[in-house]
Amino acid sequence: MRISCPCCGLRDRREFTYLGHETFLYRPAADAGPEAWDDYLHNRDNPAGETRDLWYHDPCGTWVLVTRDTVTHAVTASRAVAEGQRA
Amino acid sequence: MTGGWRIPGRGAEIDRSRRRRFTFGGRVLEGFAGDTLASALMGAGVRVLGRSFKYHRPRGVMTAGSEEPNALVAVLEGTQRTPNVRATVQEVYKGLNAQPQNCWPGPHLDALAINDFLHPFLGAGFYYKTFMWPRRFWERVYEPVIRRAAGLGSLSGRADTGRYEKAYAFCDLLVIGAGPAGLMAALRAGRAGADVILAEEDRAVGGRLLADLPAIGGQDTHGWLAALLAELRALPNVRIMTRTTVTGAHDGGTYGAIERVGLHLADPGDLPRECFWRIVARRTILAAGALERPIAHPANDRPGVMLASAMPAYVNRWGVAPARRVVIFGNNDSALDTARGLTAAGIEVAAYVDPRDGISVTEEFPVYRAAQVVGTRGRLGLREVAVRHAGGISVVQADGLGLSGGWNPTLHLSCHMNGRPEWNETIAAFVPRPGMVPGLEAAGAAAGRFSTSDCLADGARAAAVALADLGIKVADIDLPLAEDRPYGIAPFWAVDAGGRAWLDFANDVTTKDVGQAAREGFASVEHMKRYTTQGMAPDQGKNSNVAALAVLADATGQGIAATGTTTFRPPYVPVSIAALGAGGQGAGFAPQRLTVSDATSRAMGAPMIEAGLWYRPSYFPRAEETTWRQACDREVTMVRGAVGVCDVSTLGKIDVQGPDAGQFLDLLYTNTMSSLKPGRVRYGLMLREDGHVMEDGTCARLDAARFLITTTTAAAAQVMRHMDFVQQAFCAQQRFRFASVTEHWAQFAIAGPRARDLLNGVLDEPVTGESLPFMGCQPVRVGAIAGRLFRISFSGEAGYEIAVPARHGAALFARLVRAAEALGGGAYGLEALNVLRIEKGFVTHAEIHGRVTAFDIGMQRMISPAKDCIGKAASQRPGLMEETREQLVGLRPVDPQDEIAAGAHLYAADAPASAAFGQGYVTSACYSPTLQGWLGLGFLTNGRARHGEVLRVHDGLRGRKVMARVCDPVFHDPEGRAMRG
Amino acid sequence: MAESGTTNPADGLGLPLDHGACRLSALSCGPAWLVAPFPGQEGACGAALAPLGLDFPAPGQVLAEKGARIVWAGRAQALLFDADPPGALTRHAAVTDQADGWARLMLQGADAQTVLARLVPLDLHAGAFPPGRAARTLLGHHPLLLIRDTENAFEIMTYRSMAGSAVHELQEAMRSVAARAALS
Repeated sequence: MRISCPCCGLRDRREFTYLGHETFLYRPAADAGPEAWDDYLHNRDNPAGETRDLWYHDPCGTWVLVTRDTVTHAVTASRAVAEGQRA
Repeated sequence: MTGGWRIPGRGAEIDRSRRRRFTFGGRVLEGFAGDTLASALMGAGVRVLGRSFKYHRPRGVMTAGSEEPNALVAVLEGTQRTPNVRATVQEVYKGLNAQPQNCWPGPHLDALAINDFLHPFLGAGFYYKTFMWPRRFWERVYEPVIRRAAGLGSLSGRADTGRYEKAYAFCDLLVIGAGPAGLMAALRAGRAGADVILAEEDRAVGGRLLADLPAIGGQDTHGWLAALLAELRALPNVRIMTRTTVTGAHDGGTYGAIERVGLHLADPGDLPRECFWRIVARRTILAAGALERPIAHPANDRPGVMLASAMPAYVNRWGVAPARRVVIFGNNDSALDTARGLTAAGIEVAAYVDPRDGISVTEEFPVYRAAQVVGTRGRLGLREVAVRHAGGISVVQADGLGLSGGWNPTLHLSCHMNGRPEWNETIAAFVPRPGMVPGLEAAGAAAGRFSTSDCLADGARAAAVALADLGIKVADIDLPLAEDRPYGIAPFWAVDAGGRAWLDFANDVTTKDVGQAAREGFASVEHMKRYTTQGMAPDQGKNSNVAALAVLADATGQGIAATGTTTFRPPYVPVSIAALGAGGQGAGFAPQRLTVSDATSRAMGAPMIEAGLWYRPSYFPRAEETTWRQACDREVTMVRGAVGVCDVSTLGKIDVQGPDAGQFLDLLYTNTMSSLKPGRVRYGLMLREDGHVMEDGTCARLDAARFLITTTTAAAAQVMRHMDFVQQAFCAQQRFRFASVTEHWAQFAIAGPRARDLLNGVLDEPVTGESLPFMGCQPVRVGAIAGRLFRISFSGEAGYEIAVPARHGAALFARLVRAAEALGGGAYGLEALNVLRIEKGFVTHAEIHGRVTAFDIGMQRMISPAKDCIGKAASQRPGLMEETREQLVGLRPVDPQDEIAAGAHLYAADAPASAAFGQGYVTSACYSPTLQGWLGLGFLTNGRARHGEVLRVHDGLRGRKVMARVCDPVFHDPEGRAMRG
Repeated sequence: MAESGTTNPADGLGLPLDHGACRLSALSCGPAWLVAPFPGQEGACGAALAPLGLDFPAPGQVLAEKGARIVWAGRAQALLFDADPPGALTRHAAVTDQADGWARLMLQGADAQTVLARLVPLDLHAGAFPPGRAARTLLGHHPLLLIRDTENAFEIMTYRSMAGSAVHELQEAMRSVAARAALS
């Protein structure tokens, strides 16, 4: 599997560390309540098809949001997590 | 050919002037340079190469390629023993030492051949049905006996000492297979300037051309090939990789390939035996050709029975006759061509047998049409073939029988990403569908186009398509004229004439086994495969899958297309684990991180211990000390009584800078760091977002906009990744950045009542207890060197950590150790460091092991109520703060000399030692020379409320039971007077 | 070579090493500063670097001027070699001294690219990774900052503590490649 790093271009999957679904980007407020935090921490869909998840490109230190297909393993898009912060 | 098996004037690949002496099963034999072991043995008249897997029937060479199911041998090199080497692939070299497999004492006389007479009892499912009862017999009786009798080949039991290699390659176009289709594809793409890798499994390029020798473009095969190869080799953008089998198609255009680098040489020197390649290709052409399939007829497994197409391969490639008088049994036009070719080469064709009715009978050899082979004779080598035809049964004397049930496109790689091929009625075979592997297209015989002319054209076409995709312009190419015979076939799979007819030769699976599977309800192809083991041998069903499927389809009454096929998975050919793990032996297993004091520590005799990737000194033995405990106790006493020096450079050090650095650290740590004054250090706790403790360490504020945080040795990389996430996901607009400075700074702990004395002998300007109070930090100078000094302690003694740029580290460490020794102290290692911190109840990752909360270790008050932090919300969940949770406690044995061990479990004094009664466990333990007894740290249910209680510490692994009293985890100097003093 | 009392990470590793058409040698460790601009401050950092004749590099970029050099070294960060950082830089970036943090090696010779192809999962074709470019990637399992100086010369930078094991990996690859070259 090859993943595109926004800094470094297409790289072998061995250069990346996986974190989980993009949900981790949407951190609830401290007082959002247990249900919101449960959803944030634990509750995930298990899609057959497109998903968006977080990968760390260890060599350059970029966190990448990757859009990929769990069935075909095709990687269709990726962007730097920090870029999304700017929007 | 009188007497010998070699054919004068044939055999383009052998060099008769270079003889190669080798041994097979202890017999010294001779072949030629260029021979495979199979062709050399054939040339030496050896027909039985081993015994079959289950029935131990004599077996000979079946094929001329990597799909060989029978001729599996062991190759011995010194103490190295490589099992299941295909004799059809292994090249002969001087001194090659090969042994037959699966037979004892030898291939001609084999003790387990008794299994052949027991065959009525040994059919499919035999093991499952027979070895079920009585149940306890399985482990003690059945399994050991089966293990000894079964299995293909055996290992030496010694470590593999050979060299192996892994490598990466990248290209625009990967062409898999250098037959007519692959060659034309590579040539056309190469001329267009594309970066091309042409991977060929064989040692020579040409594919089927080498065996069939058709005229091409008005030239003979070898002339045409030589000219084409010369052009390809002159193209710098074309890389020809021979002896390289592409083994797997993976995501993103990545292919695995195994290259036999030095396996064909008597003295490979530094050459790796094999290289495992990862090839990343933008486009791929699968031009792997096709594999002929045998026909299942009674007793079709004798030495001398082989694939029809293998016969001309041995004749034309290696100049060796597979037999003197052959029968060809085929259902297709290619078989008839083979018979003609053999006749032309001077091999007597005693009969051509074809189940089809309408074929020509005017040949130079007898033709039996609408006929079948119904039996054979000759236990150690074929002697007679029985042919059933309209006129009855004829017995033909022959020592060779060539089978051709048609051809299967070599489409395996196209199925590796879960795509399913489709059934093509015209050629009675599966062919790849487009798009099964993104970026891969099959061409030539692999796509079901079988004439040489079609292959040449299809390869050129596929190259143009692939390059057009990549936006590379291709020129037209002249296609050479070549053979363009039609390929007619009438599907025919098995002869029904009683007796055993083999489908899978390697696993001894017959048509009866498949029929039985269907009758017993294992009617889906995946079930049949597992029940009969068909297709599960090293050849992975290359010779048998389609025929077995057809027999199954016949038994169930469904068609082949409806029955479907099993999934082909990587690897296409067996790949040695050693090649996949190349570079991982010994020092290559993982990076080794050495501290600046490494050489000094080793010179002092310190045994090194791994801490993550780092190597750290365990202890520093002195002359009179005979055990590690003596050294460790002395080092602890030294620190408590004088002074000790320890290299702590392995701790992670992260420099955080910027106006918003404090704000970031407040989010990261449970406690507040933004309020820290410059020149001060604070202990800090980080949580995971799920509320559990991730990490602890110190945070020093070097100046208003600069912090230096430390992490534990083991978690440094994880913490860095976590900090990157928190920054990039939540604080990307804040004005701060951080960088690991772990490697730039060497850092040494100086601990003990004489620590300041030692330090002041080194520093340009001395420090006092007041000028640098506990938990303070400041810049210092050691001569010309600018360093940093932290007054922190992991030992509980008055302690400092001094940091200097790493280039000065070795010299400073040596100087500090000398100075410590002069003060009655010295260096201390990881063992003493551990004892010192246990005595003080300081936690490490033995305690904060991922399942504990701040509450559990008594640090819940470190979670600031005044601000948010990572993990705060989740840490407040009721379940994570209940009194009934296991809490950090100290344990002291009632008899101080009773040993407590980490990993032991805690039980009430009279409770049984089982999970239901477990109250907790021990995480760290040591002998404390300071307190003259054993100490333990551990977690105990509601432990903080149970100080004083006596429990049983049960170490089931070592069989030790010790009574111990629960206490506060800080055993020594609970007020912390020593470190503040 | 080294100042008295100091060590180079490659000391004692037996460098230079020669195998076939390849030489592995140690480079001296002059000044090296990691420059990590605060968000959006790459331009300001570039301006601060202008007195050195340098700019802040884009990913993969290497800029050199009068002995000083700045090399892209990861997400929004670069290593400034052989020059002290201009004072103005610290207003726009975190700047850390890294002079002693790295082992710096040089692999050169006709087979240098072939040797690296054993260890580095990167397309090293001169078209994809030309001279004057840098990449963060892996050398086996070691972190790597790779700089291509010329077609046949690569600077290999890994963490100081890993120098010995990185040299071991490179030496094994050099031996295999040399043996292959001797074969043909």
